[in-house]
Amino acid sequence: MSGRVLTGYRRENGAVGIRNHTVILPVDDLSNAAAEAVAALVPGTLALPHAYGRLQFGADLELTFRTLAGNAANPNVASAVVIGIEPNWTERLVAGIAKTGKPVAGFAIERHGDLRTIERAARVAAQFRQDDSERTRQEVERSEIVLSIKCGESDTTSGLGSCPTTAQAVDRWVEAGGTVLFGETSELTGGEHLIAQRCVNEAVRQKFQGLYDRYMAMIARAGVDLLGSQPTQGNIRGGLSTIEEKAMGNIAKTGTKQVVGALEAAEPPGSGPGLYFMDTSSAAAECITLMAAAGAVLHLFPTGQGNVIGHPVEPVIKLTANPLTAQTMAEHIDLDCAGLLTRQYDLTAAGGRLMEICDRVINGRLTCAEAIGHREFVLTRLYPSA
Amino acid sequence: MAQPPGAPGFLAHRDGDLVGVAVRDLDPGPVDGGYLSGPASISVRLTEAVPLGHKLALADIAAGEQIIEYGQPVGIATRDIGRGDHVHVHNVRSARL
Repeated sequence: MSGRVLTGYRRENGAVGIRNHTVILPVDDLSNAAAEAVAALVPGTLALPHAYGRLQFGADLELTFRTLAGNAANPNVASAVVIGIEPNWTERLVAGIAKTGKPVAGFAIERHGDLRTIERAARVAAQFRQDDSERTRQEVERSEIVLSIKCGESDTTSGLGSCPTTAQAVDRWVEAGGTVLFGETSELTGGEHLIAQRCVNEAVRQKFQGLYDRYMAMIARAGVDLLGSQPTQGNIRGGLSTIEEKAMGNIAKTGTKQVVGALEAAEPPGSGPGLYFMDTSSAAAECITLMAAAGAVLHLFPTGQGNVIGHPVEPVIKLTANPLTAQTMAEHIDLDCAGLLTRQYDLTAAGGRLMEICDRVINGRLTCAEAIGHREFVLTRLYPSA
Repeated sequence: MAQPPGAPGFLAHRDGDLVGVAVRDLDPGPVDGGYLSGPASISVRLTEAVPLGHKLALADIAAGEQIIEYGQPVGIATRDIGRGDHVHVHNVRSARL
């Protein structure tokens, strides 16, 4: 491995982040306005507006709490101000975030109104921001940096170039004692047996298979047959012949290591370092938001036709082997690995280039998405609100 | 896009794959390609045109045999496929359906 020094922020619970955000987190859609007003009053703070949080119940509510608390608990976040319409759910989120030991404060709007809430929250946010500004980077190990991966807008160059390049980074991360998360449950279809074969033991294999079967049953209940509709007409025009072949392009980015755990959505990896599957949607912003909630601090996103995704908490590095995408969407592409297809360099060298970009982003270089302000923060819903 | 001299016409994922993927539009006739993860080169005489992103056979594949790509079966030949033939939905089907 390279001798480059990696730096990050070691939080109160020992977890390592690569960014130092002071976040303003609304509990619900009604509190977005106050949260964004606080972020506007206190420069350098980061509001995380979202569309939900009212009248949810059961597993869907638990997932929303786990996702919101997890994103504020993410080690890229130094401190958090939580704003909700009423005190009970606000305090519940505050308590979830406080387990990390990081500074957190909650404010409810009822009996105060937006304006007084904004003032009270902004006073605390300003104090947090000042305190956070003194937190300094220190030398960290690659094994302390949790990576996540997910591809999007894939085409045949994804399977040949950007996904195998991502796999190089995944394997090197795991070899360095690190942790990597992958998901996209439905997109494994046609190759799910290969993931099952890579599970480290029978318990993990059964957990993975159960999560996969549950997701596919959910899709089937909606009256849709993914097997019958894949590959799509567009995929076929691009050269993909079967659903197995399409899945191979997706799975190519997961590298060659054993799968050491299978996680529920937004569940932190709890059984040591290694490669984990997480049950997620294949929609980019939902998937990354769930992975950030589990503690991933850096995301790799291989793309073919070009995707513009970014995330407020977890920086997203995008790479493509499609020369047209690299040329026409340059402001979105952190690594152009199209030279793989013309053999200007080989896969090992492409992996080396990706590792260099990763290390620079870990050490503070802004990703393309950070530089142009892409902050897609999207909650996954399991069913409608009451 | 301009191609550098010596750039391959197609790439195969793994040693042992029965198909390669065109990295530009290919005309019938001889074409050179290689493997993603190594310097070895392969030469094939294409029997027909193969568009960018589509597959070509690196070996003869009999009807009923598996199509190997990424070192894995990705489908089954529905008719005899000759080395250099275009490999797609007209001569391959999913094993899952």
